[in-house]
Amino acid sequence: MNQRPFLRSLVSPAALCAVSFAAALAAVMQYSLRAYVPGSLEAGGFTLANFVALVKPLYAWVFLETVWICWLTAFFTLIVGYPLAYALVHVRHAALKAAILVITVTPLFLGEVVRTYSWIVVLGNNGFVNTMLLKAGLIDAPVQLMFTRLGVVIALVHVTLPIMVIMLAAALSHIDRDFERAAASLGAGPIRAFLTVTLPLSAPGIIAGVTTAFAWTFSAFATPQLIGGGRVNMIANLVYQLGFASFNFPFAASLSIAGLVLTFAILALMRVAARPLERLGPH
Amino acid sequence: MPRLLRALGGITVLAILGFVLLPAVVVTLAAFNSRAIISFPPEAWSWRWFAKAIAYEDFRTGFRNGLIVTAWASSIALVAGAAFALALERYEFRGKRVLEIVLLSPLVVPHFTVGLGFLILAAQLGVARGYAVIVACHVVLVLPFVLRSVYVSLRNLDPRLELAAASLGAPPERVLTTVTLPLLLPGLFSGWLFAAILSFNEFTASLFVTVQRTQTLPVALYNYVREFADPSMAAVSVLYIALTIIVLTFATVFLGLGKVLNVEPSR
Repeated sequence: MNQRPFLRSLVSPAALCAVSFAAALAAVMQYSLRAYVPGSLEAGGFTLANFVALVKPLYAWVFLETVWICWLTAFFTLIVGYPLAYALVHVRHAALKAAILVITVTPLFLGEVVRTYSWIVVLGNNGFVNTMLLKAGLIDAPVQLMFTRLGVVIALVHVTLPIMVIMLAAALSHIDRDFERAAASLGAGPIRAFLTVTLPLSAPGIIAGVTTAFAWTFSAFATPQLIGGGRVNMIANLVYQLGFASFNFPFAASLSIAGLVLTFAILALMRVAARPLERLGPH
Repeated sequence: MPRLLRALGGITVLAILGFVLLPAVVVTLAAFNSRAIISFPPEAWSWRWFAKAIAYEDFRTGFRNGLIVTAWASSIALVAGAAFALALERYEFRGKRVLEIVLLSPLVVPHFTVGLGFLILAAQLGVARGYAVIVACHVVLVLPFVLRSVYVSLRNLDPRLELAAASLGAPPERVLTTVTLPLLLPGLFSGWLFAAILSFNEFTASLFVTVQRTQTLPVALYNYVREFADPSMAAVSVLYIALTIIVLTFATVFLGLGKVLNVEPSR
């Protein structure tokens, strides 16, 4: 008798998906090595020119800007997300817990465009924040938040928060509460117990959250496009512009590949740097 | 001291929840403002932007296209993902690790790269940019979520139930359809729901693979925001937010969203 019933039919649909995804990535790689034929969607012969052209200050600047924005976003998302995750895990009232959970994950399901548009309404010169500050007499002229890095990062933190909270809460919920009780019974105050017991034990969640936040932000397109308005450019925006404004798909492809390599390199670096931290966590 | 800390913590959490809710609240205020320019606070209230948004042709087509793509993509992802999760949990086979890595990697590969890839692939294969390309792209993007959801429920399934059925003489097909699948139903449903929501909202990759005729709702919304500044878009946002909250509340109450997301305490 067959020891693995249906194995073939179980695996083949997924295998088909995997093949189509691999083919799509291979297509990007292949195009990144092809010459650009102006005015045509077709690509020319094989060349390394696209990658050579990447070494221009303009592109280096966009890469730096992207990585910097990803860092800022990941960092502030962690700061804002930790208290929320802690509350989510430690609140005892069931309805309150459910409310916190629903509010926290809502941005995740709203879609990039709706979220970004809402932030434009909040951050614009005639937007909510500026009107309120002007009315309160705290400022004389609107604070420029649209088309600035600050505005982009605020909106990106909002987008990334749910996934950060989910990852932190998953880590926090698996910490044995007896450890904290033990610390308290040995005379540690709540702050000390948190800093020396809970925080280190949640390190795996922090690492997972920061890495995911970084990767997600790297992928963001609508937010820097609409809130940055061309003045804050990330790699995603440049790729889109190259593809659909100048139809230079080979160069867009090489930029994507460079971005992909950069993401993986940074994620790998983060993992290495986090190794001593990880040792603090539970095994 | 602990009481003071508690109060401080409570205020911090409230402030953060306020930050999360702020755009939704503000956009709702803007949607009911009767003036054509966004301003605060609204001077007069009206429903007219809702009427305008619902009547807008691009939004209607976008909504329809979005439903078509979502229905196909989430269903295909459900079948492929659930089947593979079953194989992943039960069997050892050649290429298992590689396949798993490839199928989970869309989680870390930027969506613009995936979209660009499917666009170039379609061009190279000479396939027109129709629904098939969009659906294929979405399936790849949402599959990891289905895979994870079904895999988690499989791990929580008591294998003795299947063994009992088999020992009573049920052939493998019968065990699968009368024991395994019914027990997996909540996991399958939440995986499908997750996939459907993500596919319906997917924007960046869709922007690359859609054309005017096939554009999904997020792409139509994006094009609108770039051209017009009236509050119709705020009205659509409010409808979106209301729908999302209803679905999420449903998911929390009936499915245990906390368990699905794995944030429930271990004891």
